[in-house]
Amino acid sequence: MVPGTERAQAAYPYYTQFAPEDDQRFWFYNSMHFPEPMSAFDMVTAEAAYCALGSSSTRVHCIPTTLGIDHRIINGRVYIGGNAVSDPAEIARRTEEFTKRAFYYYANWERLYAQWREKMMMLIRDAQALPKLELPELEPLEHVHAGRGVASNHYLLDTYQRTLEGYYRMWHHHFEFLLLGYGAYMTFFAFCKKAFPEISDQTVARMVAGIEAEIFRPDEELRRLARRAVELRVDAKFQEGVSAQDIIRSLEAAGGSGREWLEELATSRDPWFNINVGDGFYHYHRSWNDDLTMAFASLPGYISRIKAGESLERPFEKLQEERRRLIEDYRDLLGSDEERAAYDQMITLAHRVFPYVEGHKFYCEHWYTNLFFNKIREFGALLSAHGFFPGAEDVFQLTHYELEAAIIDLMTAWSNGSKPRGPAHWPKVVAERRAALAEWAKHDTPPALGPVPDVIDDPAIVMLWGITRETLDTWLSAAGAGDTNEIKGFAASNGVVEGPARIVKSVEEISRLQQGDILVCQITNPTWAPVFQKIAGAVSDIGGSMSHAAIVAREYGLPAVVGTGTATSRIKDGQRIRVDGGRGVVTIL
Amino acid sequence: MAGSEHISWFADIGLLDRPRVGGKGGSLGELQRAGIAVPPGFVVTTAAFDRFIQVLDGDGQARAAVEALSADDLEGISACTGKLRERIEATPLPEDVLSQIAGAHDALCKGGNASTVAVRSSATTEDASDASFAGLQDTYLWVTNAADALQRVRSCWASLYSLESVSYRRKRGFPEQGVAMAVVVQSMVDARCAGVMFTRSPTTGDRSVITIEGSWGLGSAVVGGEVTPDRWVIGKITGEISVREISDKMMQHLPALAGGIQAIPVPEELRKSACLTDPELQALRGIARKVERHYGRAQDIEWAVDRHTGAILLLQSRPETVWSAKDAAPVARAADNPLAHVMSIFGGRQ
Repeated sequence: MVPGTERAQAAYPYYTQFAPEDDQRFWFYNSMHFPEPMSAFDMVTAEAAYCALGSSSTRVHCIPTTLGIDHRIINGRVYIGGNAVSDPAEIARRTEEFTKRAFYYYANWERLYAQWREKMMMLIRDAQALPKLELPELEPLEHVHAGRGVASNHYLLDTYQRTLEGYYRMWHHHFEFLLLGYGAYMTFFAFCKKAFPEISDQTVARMVAGIEAEIFRPDEELRRLARRAVELRVDAKFQEGVSAQDIIRSLEAAGGSGREWLEELATSRDPWFNINVGDGFYHYHRSWNDDLTMAFASLPGYISRIKAGESLERPFEKLQEERRRLIEDYRDLLGSDEERAAYDQMITLAHRVFPYVEGHKFYCEHWYTNLFFNKIREFGALLSAHGFFPGAEDVFQLTHYELEAAIIDLMTAWSNGSKPRGPAHWPKVVAERRAALAEWAKHDTPPALGPVPDVIDDPAIVMLWGITRETLDTWLSAAGAGDTNEIKGFAASNGVVEGPARIVKSVEEISRLQQGDILVCQITNPTWAPVFQKIAGAVSDIGGSMSHAAIVAREYGLPAVVGTGTATSRIKDGQRIRVDGGRGVVTIL
Repeated sequence: MAGSEHISWFADIGLLDRPRVGGKGGSLGELQRAGIAVPPGFVVTTAAFDRFIQVLDGDGQARAAVEALSADDLEGISACTGKLRERIEATPLPEDVLSQIAGAHDALCKGGNASTVAVRSSATTEDASDASFAGLQDTYLWVTNAADALQRVRSCWASLYSLESVSYRRKRGFPEQGVAMAVVVQSMVDARCAGVMFTRSPTTGDRSVITIEGSWGLGSAVVGGEVTPDRWVIGKITGEISVREISDKMMQHLPALAGGIQAIPVPEELRKSACLTDPELQALRGIARKVERHYGRAQDIEWAVDRHTGAILLLQSRPETVWSAKDAAPVARAADNPLAHVMSIFGGRQ
């Protein structure tokens, strides 16, 4: 533990604190989902996600060889450990259950997925319909005359609990299909790797990935808006360095065509701008809707490309045809008709499950998560207005339990006409925790803790984090061999490029990226797509075979190496590096 | 250019002609027929050899003596075949054979760009596709005139009676009467770089990648293992270059002025430079796919890039044998329930 941060560390729930017996277990840092130290409130994402993931694998679908994933927090970092099942009798028992449960899902995938989308949209509508937070001086007369009988302060708690409940529920939806989806994809992936030992991960991904997946839509909307700006002849309003607000003002002033473009913007925003600039696991991963800066930053670039005659439309039919040919050509290379029959079965299932694998993120990690954090932000604004802490954002320094306590404190004070106790309690705590987060961010954190296992055959860990025994060996040897200037990772997107490295450790640093920079980050995020037109290449610490980053990088034709384990700590900001995306090697020049 | 009794042009032959043009000759003809660029040339057929050996050993006594040798008796083989080789190299060619080869050589040198040729033995043995045997026969590069070419044809024939070849045949018990050899005479490519490629990964047997190895100068330096070549692995379908190993290529084989080849140092600035560009690699990929499709099986190919024209030419293509022999069990079979496949992921280590 970093000295001086003990109290901030103690804020995390007792069940997430490392205990002595945990030393016997193997833990690895989940830098893929939680690359930065997490504030006390944001930890709700870890526990909600692991609750839902574990239920799915342990008790709903009964994955034969794995139960759920435990998590622990140290220095604001989330470490996780799998619970593999090794007893053959237990595996056999769970296998029988699995075939009754998971196979039913596979067999009824389309119907269940259609039902899932309805459930998910209902959940989103519910979250959108949560009442505004109000604490009037006196209960409104109409409430009294209507005989409501329940005062406004109660609705604070009610709304908070419903907000939290919705978030936990959303994570169950998130994992309803996910492990099964990844598993079906991995089945095909493993087959390809066996049949074609040297096939690249990206090629397998290209055979399966959807062409019109939701994840591409936000960026496509930007291209559409750029095209409309040119068509409506308002493109001159979009200049580098002009803020989104100023552009909108000047379009409002520009009359008919300006307003028409703004209407187009409104259509795009709902729902496609409900996309985070991060993975949605941190409260400060704001959506394009909350902050138009990221979205607008890419418009001048797109506009100038359109004016230069470039078509920014993704050629769906051509991409579809390419995918079909790729599948056909690899099929032809197989050694026998027997193999071809197995290949057909596996890719059929992979295609069946993949729309969910690609599509759920937009609804869960982006759209819903935005609604959730923004609702919590409203509580922050209310508490801040009552002097609990200086700003609305400070609310995220409280755990979700503490936040409920603060709300009850305010409810009680409001009802009694006395002063809440929070203003005397929270400001100091908030300051202390902010300082601890800043301190923790300065310290590197080990990729793994505890005894390293001989094999990692927990399918959840292999699938979701791409972590295998070989990954660990690479990390461990990288830690010992600091003098070499080569960093190895997975070849994610073809091509070789040299340029200055820009280390981006948090989403807020994205604006530092200059034209021609090479993005070096802990995890590349597909929603950073707009910055991909600026950068020359991308390197990440973490990235499994399912990484969308690779797909986006290929869309933009950018060399990318993912899963290096150590790039952000070994490369210095501004250093010239060479990214060889075909070989998966980054060289410090 | 019409062929004759002792001469066949590449354009007129294919794999089925192997009994009289040998494996190499048949392969070059087949490639040319498939629309693949090969250096132009002709084959001195086994008929020429037969005619020659008839003159040299009409009663078959010399060959009977060879056949009587024991595979283990290296000294005996050495003594017997040494004399035979001397006789082959010294005996004048029968007039009709000589005139037909010289005529074809003349036509080749006039028609082609190069006036130098490579003279390569082209074995007819059943095992001609066996690399270990094919390697036993001789190849003479950069032969600058007709007289030398004629001499080298006889050297190729003589190599049939080398210590290695004879002891190999004796081990296998092949009858000496049936032994014959064709000889390929083809325009010499002044190669800027050359090498080999495999349409199936030599290391993993992967059918979806092409491994290309190449170095500066003539391919003999790569084939002979005298230089560590650059190495690339390219996706057969995707064209993705997944491996680029640019090695320090210290030495290259270049034509010697007086004929033959010489090993000379690679200029400093080229040693660590890739000997092929990406477009050339992609062109080689296209050729490899075409050849593989033509034969319907994985191929090991020798290629060269012409220094003057930049053209890519193939010098040889033979079926891959190592991995093809290993293919046995399929990676997976169709399952009665297609869902059962997921158990390979969820069911633990099988």
